[in-house]
Amino acid sequence: MRVRIKFSKTGSMKYIGHLDVMRYFQKALRRAEFHTSFSGGFSPHMIMSFAAPLGVGLTSDAEYFDLDLEEAESSAVMTEKLNRQMAPGFRVLSVREIPADKSSKGMTLVAAADYDVRLRDGVLPAGADESRVRDALDGFLSQSVIRILKKTKKGEREIDIRPLIYSMAYQNGVFSMTISQGSTDNLRPEQAIGAFTAFLGLPAEKSDLIIRRKELYADLGTDGERHLVPLEDLGTVIE
Amino acid sequence: MKERKTALGEDILLRVEKPERYIGNEINSVMKDPEDVRIRFAFAFPDVYEIGMSHLGIQILYDMFNRRSDVWCERVYSPWPDLDAILREKKIPLFALESQDPVRTFDFLGVTIQYEMCYTNILQILDLSGIPLHAKERTWEDPIVIGGGPCTYNPEPIADFFDLFYIGEGETRYDDLFDLYLRCRDEGWTRERFLREASHLPGIYVPSLYRVTYHADGTIAAFLPAADDVPSKIEKQIVMDFDRVTYPEAPVVPYLKATQDRIVLEVQRGCIRGCRFCQAGMVYRPLREKRVETLKKDAEALLKNTGYEEISLSSLSTSDYTELKELIDFLIDRCSRQGVNISLPSLRIDAFSLDVMSKVQDVKKSSLTFAPEAGTQRMRDVINKGLTEEEILRGAGTAFRGGWKKVKLYFMLGLPFETEEDAKGIARLCQRVADVYFEIPKEERNGKCSITASCSFFVPKPFTPFQWASMDRAEDFLEKAHIAKNEVRAMENQSCIRFTYHEASVSVLEGVLARGDRKLCAAVESAYKNGAMFDAWTERFRQDAWDRAFSENEIDPAFYAHRERSVDELLPWDFIDCGVTKEFLKREWMNAAAASVTPNCREHCSGCGARGFGGGVCYESQN
Repeated sequence: MRVRIKFSKTGSMKYIGHLDVMRYFQKALRRAEFHTSFSGGFSPHMIMSFAAPLGVGLTSDAEYFDLDLEEAESSAVMTEKLNRQMAPGFRVLSVREIPADKSSKGMTLVAAADYDVRLRDGVLPAGADESRVRDALDGFLSQSVIRILKKTKKGEREIDIRPLIYSMAYQNGVFSMTISQGSTDNLRPEQAIGAFTAFLGLPAEKSDLIIRRKELYADLGTDGERHLVPLEDLGTVIE
Repeated sequence: MKERKTALGEDILLRVEKPERYIGNEINSVMKDPEDVRIRFAFAFPDVYEIGMSHLGIQILYDMFNRRSDVWCERVYSPWPDLDAILREKKIPLFALESQDPVRTFDFLGVTIQYEMCYTNILQILDLSGIPLHAKERTWEDPIVIGGGPCTYNPEPIADFFDLFYIGEGETRYDDLFDLYLRCRDEGWTRERFLREASHLPGIYVPSLYRVTYHADGTIAAFLPAADDVPSKIEKQIVMDFDRVTYPEAPVVPYLKATQDRIVLEVQRGCIRGCRFCQAGMVYRPLREKRVETLKKDAEALLKNTGYEEISLSSLSTSDYTELKELIDFLIDRCSRQGVNISLPSLRIDAFSLDVMSKVQDVKKSSLTFAPEAGTQRMRDVINKGLTEEEILRGAGTAFRGGWKKVKLYFMLGLPFETEEDAKGIARLCQRVADVYFEIPKEERNGKCSITASCSFFVPKPFTPFQWASMDRAEDFLEKAHIAKNEVRAMENQSCIRFTYHEASVSVLEGVLARGDRKLCAAVESAYKNGAMFDAWTERFRQDAWDRAFSENEIDPAFYAHRERSVDELLPWDFIDCGVTKEFLKREWMNAAAASVTPNCREHCSGCGARGFGGGVCYESQN
């Protein structure tokens, strides 16, 4: 059976890198005595895959990995058992069954993500009240093309990120955005905000941003119509 | 509990390499309320986090201390140079991982001293903590700084920097020390009074309470306590009921991949072998085993509490553990259910170990390790390495027929009484191993064999029969390495043999510090001030910083490294009674000169003195 596990990563745990989070969960699953499936060979490993690696320094309310199990219990029991093994800052939010085929993998499906981004004090000019920032944001989003320099292995190239920003709003000091995510057309939240602050002519370093991932989505739309569904909702609760 | 705040801000943590080194919060790390405890103990490993977290000793004592409700023990590691620079620039004091509180506010700073090349990092930790480097400059505003671990069998080169040293195994005397400290605080003693009282505890050495005088030639004339109530000999403390001693069932599990990223099951302590170059084999005598039932129970708990994907057996010579077969059968059965690997270091290669290894590793990919240590039988007899060429070749033959084709051989160069023939013998032994491979009919062979001979340079250590020996100079080492290498090239199957050797300069410095006296404290301090740090890291080692340090303090390193001592000389570490007598070491030094083999403890008692502890292998046949 394949299950999808959703968890949050907060506080100082944002400094734990992706590979270490993976190793952390492998150990947690052993401590929780889950009957996981293993690959063969002399160094067997659990069959697990993460939907979208989270960068160091970001917190998240919606991290996902898919895991193969030999035996399962109810979603509630498995969630509870795993939570007993979590360090402060990690919390398992749900465990749900998903189809065990390739096309249902979170990694394959992920198409968009929600992020909340706050800027550290001093990045926005002192007099910038809510409505003025919102006006500026409207101006930013009304552009038909937003070019940024993207660093690649071969060097730098210019790309247009406007089609990758699905929505972006500003309220109570927080920029909330839905942006494209996945193996193709991946946009990082700091790139989106960076383009906005550059639009305003304000310098902003990556360390000026406080970023929280809020959700990861699959796109179930057809004919070019977007229909974003949280990855969690593609699974079914095990009673 | 409210959310813990990290000592370092996000601006710093996102700027340094591997911020996980500094944030704590690992699984099984112990959190307490500072209001509920009376002693705050910061336990430091003076190297980077990934190395320090691989160390079993801290985990044992961390667990033991934290079982006391009045003690909170936390961990500290050396900040990597990137953070080191930031802490200095921003004047941020070094902090402990659990509470993230500054080390200077603790009652104790314990330092485990595992190798000489970490001495400058001890100073780094003191310095970054804002604790005066010199013990004599400290006040009650500073923690009591206590050192332990293998290097304390000669603590003199770092004596100035410590208030106390603990000589021996930590499991035995810390409770007494803590109780004394509580009394001291209740009664408002001075720091001096506390140190004086502590010096009365067995195993506790207070360097400031001893006076050393020297002869004109630089050797020690006298090493005496400064007062009548201070003991003239410090007795090594060891655990005699090793089966029932405290063991951490839930060690701290790091997020970062530590160098030894696995469960470690300590099956026994001590060694019966008596290799004459090996300090651990002498100072951890007598051999004490754990019962297999205890180990099974520990393994079960450790697997459950850590979730590690690998378990390893630890000891100086695991093949000598009497119930090894039963233990391994249990582990294979238990671990296969959870996809846990078993790693088996330091096994002698024979039919039994090969059978076990073929069950737990991929024969085609893995390599087998032999430690002949020397290239000729005569030399192996000099060092009392109880391994004959016949055994090596038989082991290699069984391994090759079992499908292995990669073999690693570990050697030392620069051993006492070594000749050119012994260096050449390394190449010849490798060729004989190759011969064994090519004796197998071609159709049964599994491609080409690969033999790697890896040489390190011998460093004489205190409390070994070689403590009096002259250490080779770097150029002697290199010459011998070239002789061995050229001989490899002359061998028939040289294309199967790879010859590698270690850096020589670091080994020479290790040799200076290992057998140094108090005069070296000044050089260690100068080296640190000249920028030496992380000396154990080849790419960070700065020979120039040390060269200058020695000349600034008018110290001739050759006096410590290359001088052969007379057996009558008063050695800097003679004030320690490690259980093995000087008479025995002298006898063994003579036996080495005669290339005469001394039997292991199970074959015959050679009267080393460790029998005086009243247990372990010395009394085995009488049980």
